[in-house]
Amino acid sequence: MKLQLSDEDAAFREEMHTFFTTQIPQDVRDTVAARRELSKEQIVASVQAMNAAGIAVPNWPVEWGGKDWTPLQRHIWHEEMQLANVPPPLPFNASMVGPVIAAFGSQELKERFLPKTANLDIWWSQGFSEPDAGSDLASLRTTAVRDGDDYLVNGQKTWTTLGQYGDWIFTLVRTDPSVKKQAGISFLLIDMSSPGVTVRPIELIDGGHEVNEVWFENVRVPAENLVGEENKGWDYAKFLLGNERVGVAPVGSTKRTLSQAKEFARTAGPGGTSLLEDPLVAAQIADLENEILALELTALRVVANSADGKPHPASSVLKLRGTELQQAVTELFVDLAGPLALASGAGDGSDVPDLARVATPNYLNFRKASIYGGSNEVQRQIIAGTILGLRG
Amino acid sequence: MDFQLDSEQEALRDAVRGLLAKAYDTSETRRAVTKQEPGWGDKTWQQLAEMGVLGLPFAEEDGGMGAGPAEVAIVAEEIGRVIAPEPFVEAVVLAGGLVAAAGTPEQRGEILGALAEGTLVPAFAHTEPASRYELAATGVTASGSGDAWTLNGVKEPVLGGARADLLIVSAVIDGGTGLFLVKPDADGLTRTGYPTFDGGRAAHVGFANTPATPLGEPGADQSDVIAATVARAQIAYGHESLGAMETALRTTTEYLKTRKQFGVPLMTFQALTFRAADMYVSLELARSTVTWATLVLLDGGDATEAASRAKLQVSKAGRHIGQEAIQLHGGIGMTAEYSVGHYTSRLTAIDHALGDGRHHLNRLVSTLGDHTVVDPLP
Repeated sequence: MKLQLSDEDAAFREEMHTFFTTQIPQDVRDTVAARRELSKEQIVASVQAMNAAGIAVPNWPVEWGGKDWTPLQRHIWHEEMQLANVPPPLPFNASMVGPVIAAFGSQELKERFLPKTANLDIWWSQGFSEPDAGSDLASLRTTAVRDGDDYLVNGQKTWTTLGQYGDWIFTLVRTDPSVKKQAGISFLLIDMSSPGVTVRPIELIDGGHEVNEVWFENVRVPAENLVGEENKGWDYAKFLLGNERVGVAPVGSTKRTLSQAKEFARTAGPGGTSLLEDPLVAAQIADLENEILALELTALRVVANSADGKPHPASSVLKLRGTELQQAVTELFVDLAGPLALASGAGDGSDVPDLARVATPNYLNFRKASIYGGSNEVQRQIIAGTILGLRG
Repeated sequence: MDFQLDSEQEALRDAVRGLLAKAYDTSETRRAVTKQEPGWGDKTWQQLAEMGVLGLPFAEEDGGMGAGPAEVAIVAEEIGRVIAPEPFVEAVVLAGGLVAAAGTPEQRGEILGALAEGTLVPAFAHTEPASRYELAATGVTASGSGDAWTLNGVKEPVLGGARADLLIVSAVIDGGTGLFLVKPDADGLTRTGYPTFDGGRAAHVGFANTPATPLGEPGADQSDVIAATVARAQIAYGHESLGAMETALRTTTEYLKTRKQFGVPLMTFQALTFRAADMYVSLELARSTVTWATLVLLDGGDATEAASRAKLQVSKAGRHIGQEAIQLHGGIGMTAEYSVGHYTSRLTAIDHALGDGRHHLNRLVSTLGDHTVVDPLP
């Protein structure tokens, strides 16, 4: 047992800290610190700065730009990035479609897509969920029927995050309706500028436009855009959803947001006094700090002990608890803002601090965290069934 | 950072686990032992001594094994796993730890040697009826000089105070809190023992001009020694709780698998399995924090804040897991014949020894403004 990082890992941490605090455009980091939405251009600029330094897709095979980092190094990379107000690389590119193409795609698909995917020259959207296939993903109904050298795609996807920026979309489509539902699904790449693709915004409770519906009406997709084998898409989707254990708990950003909340509290009392003098506020912050420490240490236990490639059982705790704490901190911010939280729509002339104005939209926006990526109820089901052996 | 045990540590864990699994094969065996004086097994204590467990953290020249916080953690966790009533944390980590930290070379050799051999069981007489969790003595006062001192006042509850072969007493001195050794046959010493709700023993201990020998340098303020040693004991209690929580959770999941209601196993009901999943989450988060606190100790720094963080996490997890273990069992969980209630009792006792969650949260609040984020690498 050992507390300190090895000299090598400590140097790595320092290197990452220096990179993220000096090489990422300042306006990107300022926008994250202000808890405001990033533009497409800002996200692209941030990813391209990382890719130029060779650290945008460390989880990929080395041949395609990956790094042979240990799980602990990848954890450090991810934490330092968040602590420096740097947005993680677009997950659809870096964590989802990239690794799937690298693992299952043809050589031609790899050469065609991987460099552009790493550099965010292509912005990928995710086309998995459908109106009747959320947590029960295998119930999806969008069809792809072979027609000569093409597939003809029809159906509807939904909850397509940032789909308004998408150049391409990776989809799960039903290619064989006659077999059991997991067996007839394929993994297909679709150019979103193809005739018949329509993206419609979904307005959310925070007032933002973050997710979309995507409709496919007789969309022609060249058969060469199929990843791997026809009807094996479910296996690739499981690989995609299961291969990213680092960063599943947003520890760094939650830690950073809580420290911002603490700073905000110092002058948020009546007449500019410190709310940290309020024993209930102070106790809540100290308690959250301890809970986040416990989560961070659990993440460290998982990455420090997962060298043999097997997932550590405690990793199931990370998504569940990570999103609960992420939500708790956004909720705290609303409470600290108090009546000023109502000024969410105020413009530049407002006397209300910006952090108070964004508090409630953020709080409302992050209700999503316990729903996406396998709802927290699904996580409890996994813990109960897989770890505790409770199978109803 | 590395949370794994090495092979020697695993061997120690397996040996202690094997010994305790035999000594406390069922909760009935434990109950039989805790019903009789002194409330724990003399034979088991002797076996622990023979295994080297009772001298584990002490220097070899003092008669100990020269091991460290990781080994103490391993033993405490095994104690907790079967809630063995032997006072490992109380006698070895706390009372023995004070002697190791403050005692003269002669005191260390004499007391720690005998403690390691299992022939002397010390107790720390510290808590006073009005002191709550304060580390400074207020109600017991010391006067004297050199080696000749007398004590007056009352300590209660003193865990293991009636059976103890030697009392280590904190008392008010000029400029702070001193530590004193009091022998069981000292004049003016009264000890009235009674059982505690977790099967343990405590005592009312009175001092009336009772002769006492200073532990270490006469007249020295030992506040720092007390704080550091109490932190070690708090962390060890954390590990004892981890063992207890793990068993409580396992017992509960086994019950959900086997117990039938409405013609089906209880695990058919999602409401119950989700609550068990949340118990697992609490356990793993507590395990991370407590193990980290032991790493901080190993690193040699000031572990008092880490101890508070561990104790707070354990307080919350222990209450959650203990309460849910009983609830998910239903009525059987309320009975003395069944084990989970005893685990909940022990977790409650540990919670209120050396500071409960609220106390430690308060301590953390007092340093809230000193940092922007909590960094696990101090």
